[in-house]
Amino acid sequence: MKDLDQRTTTFSTRGLTKVYGEGHSAVHALRGVDLDIGRGEIVVLLGPSGSGKSTLLNILGGLDRASAGSATYEGDSLTDMTDRALTTYRRDHVGFVFQFYNLMPSLTARENVELVTEISRNPMGPDEALELVGLKERVDHFPAQLSGGEQQRVAIARAVAKQPAVLFCDEPTGALDSSTGRAVLRVLRDVNDRLGTTILIVTHAAATAAMADRVIHFADGAIREVVVNETRTPPEEIHW
Amino acid sequence: MSALNAKLGRDLWRMKGQALAIGLVISMGVMMQVMMSGLVASLTETRDAYYERYRLAEVFAPVVRAPEHVATRLSQVPGVAAVETRVTASARVDVPGRDLPVAARAISLPDRSRARLNDIHMVAGRMFDPTRPEEIVLLDSFAVAQGIGVDDSLGVTLNGVSHDFRVVGLAASPEYLYYSAPGELMPDDARFAVIWMGRSALAAATQMGGAFNEALFSLARGASEPEVLSRLDAILEPYGGPAAFGRGDLFSDHFVTQELSGLVASSTAVPPVFLAVAAFLLYIVISRLVQSEREEIGLMKAFGYTSTEVSIHYMKLVLAIAAGGALAGCLFGIGAGRAMVQVYLQFFKFPFLVFRLDPASFAIGVSASVTAASAGGLLVLRRVFALAPAEAMRPPAPADYSRAGKAFSGIARWLDQPSRMVLRRITRQPGRMVGAVIGIAAGMGLTLSMITLMAGFERTLDLSFTVLDRSDATVVFYGATSPAAVTRLRRIEGVTVAEPFRQVAVIMSNGRRSHKGAITGLTESPQLGRAIGPDYLPIDLPERGIVITPALADILGVGAGDMLTVEVREGAQPVLRLPVAAVAQSLLGSPAYMDLDALNRAMGQGPRASGAYLRIDEDRRTEVHSALKDMPGVAGISLKDDARIAFETIMNTGAGSTRYVMGLIAFIITFGIVYNAARVAQAERARDLASLRVIGFHTGETAFVLLGELAVVVLVALPIGSLMGHFLSSAVAKGFSTELYQIPAMFMPSSHGAAALIVLVAALTSGWIVKRDIDRAELISALKTRD
Repeated sequence: MKDLDQRTTTFSTRGLTKVYGEGHSAVHALRGVDLDIGRGEIVVLLGPSGSGKSTLLNILGGLDRASAGSATYEGDSLTDMTDRALTTYRRDHVGFVFQFYNLMPSLTARENVELVTEISRNPMGPDEALELVGLKERVDHFPAQLSGGEQQRVAIARAVAKQPAVLFCDEPTGALDSSTGRAVLRVLRDVNDRLGTTILIVTHAAATAAMADRVIHFADGAIREVVVNETRTPPEEIHW
Repeated sequence: MSALNAKLGRDLWRMKGQALAIGLVISMGVMMQVMMSGLVASLTETRDAYYERYRLAEVFAPVVRAPEHVATRLSQVPGVAAVETRVTASARVDVPGRDLPVAARAISLPDRSRARLNDIHMVAGRMFDPTRPEEIVLLDSFAVAQGIGVDDSLGVTLNGVSHDFRVVGLAASPEYLYYSAPGELMPDDARFAVIWMGRSALAAATQMGGAFNEALFSLARGASEPEVLSRLDAILEPYGGPAAFGRGDLFSDHFVTQELSGLVASSTAVPPVFLAVAAFLLYIVISRLVQSEREEIGLMKAFGYTSTEVSIHYMKLVLAIAAGGALAGCLFGIGAGRAMVQVYLQFFKFPFLVFRLDPASFAIGVSASVTAASAGGLLVLRRVFALAPAEAMRPPAPADYSRAGKAFSGIARWLDQPSRMVLRRITRQPGRMVGAVIGIAAGMGLTLSMITLMAGFERTLDLSFTVLDRSDATVVFYGATSPAAVTRLRRIEGVTVAEPFRQVAVIMSNGRRSHKGAITGLTESPQLGRAIGPDYLPIDLPERGIVITPALADILGVGAGDMLTVEVREGAQPVLRLPVAAVAQSLLGSPAYMDLDALNRAMGQGPRASGAYLRIDEDRRTEVHSALKDMPGVAGISLKDDARIAFETIMNTGAGSTRYVMGLIAFIITFGIVYNAARVAQAERARDLASLRVIGFHTGETAFVLLGELAVVVLVALPIGSLMGHFLSSAVAKGFSTELYQIPAMFMPSSHGAAALIVLVAALTSGWIVKRDIDRAELISALKTRD
């Protein structure tokens, strides 16, 4: 197991609250979450739909704003940032992987990665990123010519190519069969090993939890349980 | 309500912005159709009703003097239903505060009964008392223009004798809806008066006791006007004067008919173009709208809905937008038509309105929109139905760009990724892009044709009053007089040039085609009134032959070198055969020119002039005016400034005025097209745009991907729009040209620039609105929704 150095905290939240709507129709997505995530950690957020895990991911990723409480990234307050500052934050520090890949259909695999490397400060080469996800041979293919798993791997390559400090994955294997899903998780693990990227994975698939350093269970907008894995299971041994 | 119908309602609500924009465009096309046809129908009905209610004569027979008993013989002519005789006389009215006299016509009304024909419509005051010869009724529009009221006194010169009359009433007459002073082309309320007075009073003032000098006729149903005319001419020949003529040759009716047919022409030529553009746009937008619902369509099929049920559902959606827009267009059209009719009522001086709508225009408008929308919807639905319903259950397949990627790969190498996205989207679906380009180009074409039209009106004015007619004033004599009159004009101090001209009423014909008009005889190399060639240089009038305008050449179907038959309708009424020597430019009326000496020779008379063009020393204007006022033999004087204003008024309030409304509609349509193009592109790409934002693209960078595409489409559309506008302009200008004035469709770079600018402004505004939405887009929800 990797050493967890509590002094190098990447994310820190205190009393983080998110309410959608007002009055009777108000939905409390997060009810005062306190959480610290260390640099280089793989954290899996588990929980049923509507438990608040995606909301937390979106706030930490700079896609949404908290209603109350604080969230910091490397000591900078995310809750106080302007829209423009949040965009810059995403651009410079964050990679995203989504359930539905969100690739640009009009760009090839390499170009989809270049889309990000062109605007990044310290990117790796697009081919290197695609090699990392095992798609070296298919760099000139358009998304329509790739399978679902391949598309997701391009999405990961796109996310990691800028060498982000943090990688957010929302149901990254949700649309994939299990063997493809395992391959995708393998890639995430490799990225973590080789680049030291902090990775947050939101998923329904409880089995994914085995590859994490820490597993955080969500229910009703709050953390119900935190499980620290003594050993991380290699993704290829995970079954669901 | 079924779930499907609830979905329909909510879908409509969700896309309300776009639905409104689409509906607006089609409603503008329909509105134009309904408005113009309603306007024409209402005005035609109103005119006919006015003529009927005040019994406007169908035939007019002026003579020099005929004894009253002739009327009995006239009434026995087969085809004649009623006869009314009257006395009319040229007169001059002295308007207080005006240094030039105003030409007028005095007309008798029966002393003891209402007029059987050509009755008048009292607007204010009362009818004159036939026992008081000083009482008169004055034409209302003239009184209003000159600020004369009931009970005012009016100095009138009749038969060389000055009278002091009292205005006891103001009236309108269908016979004098429009009239112009002698020798003038354009009607002007302020410069021609009509006075009605008792028959015995007028007869006494003009020595016409027991006689008449004009007979009016109404015709029996089915009577042949030409036959009646020739019989009347046969009876009236011994009493002198020009031939009898039908109502169609009455100046007022001729003018009203011209204006109405101008409206008919512009209402048949222009609105269909607008409607076609709007319908085409509707087709494009609807097909893209349905395309974007592809996933939901697949889902409904997966649930077990049949293709027919799905089709009906989406056709309801499409038709709700199309029919909604069309109905709104009908309502706008009725409203706008009513408003326009009010304007025209004043213009034509109709005392009441018969409002009519043309049901055909509703049918055309609604069916054009519904057909275009259905075609757009069904085409896409058919394509979607070819897909397996399972498609909707899978994550959306990315659009295949592998072929588009190969196109322009050489160029793509030099572009950054966002630019590549723009390029590939355009090359991937060239059909869709062509549709967007043509849509915007058509909008620009409409705008351009309207701008060209406006410039054409300006051009007509300029050409007429600076190039063709360079005089400061035109003097018209009573009939053709000896050149001594012109010499007297030259002697007036302040008159620097006086150029004689002669105007002769004629009927020109070529085979079956004929035209009633006038020939103007001009001096050799004239300075003031000139015939101008196509190159805008003066034409030397030949010793022999006649120079006509393109409009007249069109009417008669002749060109340079052809022979024309010319029947002179005054003096000895000779019939001449004249070659067409040249076709000269004129945008005003349909003049025909001859060398003055040649015209006088053809008339078998010595030198004669019917008037003169004057150039006046600006500093001595007032003196010249007062000298002209006192000069005997002068029937009327028209100042160019007055004439220009009169002409501008006619063009801006008559049939020509619809150009402003049409221009506005063209602009709205153009804007709607561009806005829709931007909106649809945004709807199709919401997800891509959100992804870009998530990756860390700033809003401006994200907007580039969308607006870059719009920019390319707009830039490609500009030259095509220029070309479309060029061709549309000719059709529109033709639709707006009347016999009274011709509107040229000239190529002017500035018009093209202005139209392009309007499209660019529309694009920038649409881009700004769309970018604002991109800035506000909620990233998470955009990502969660699948395409």
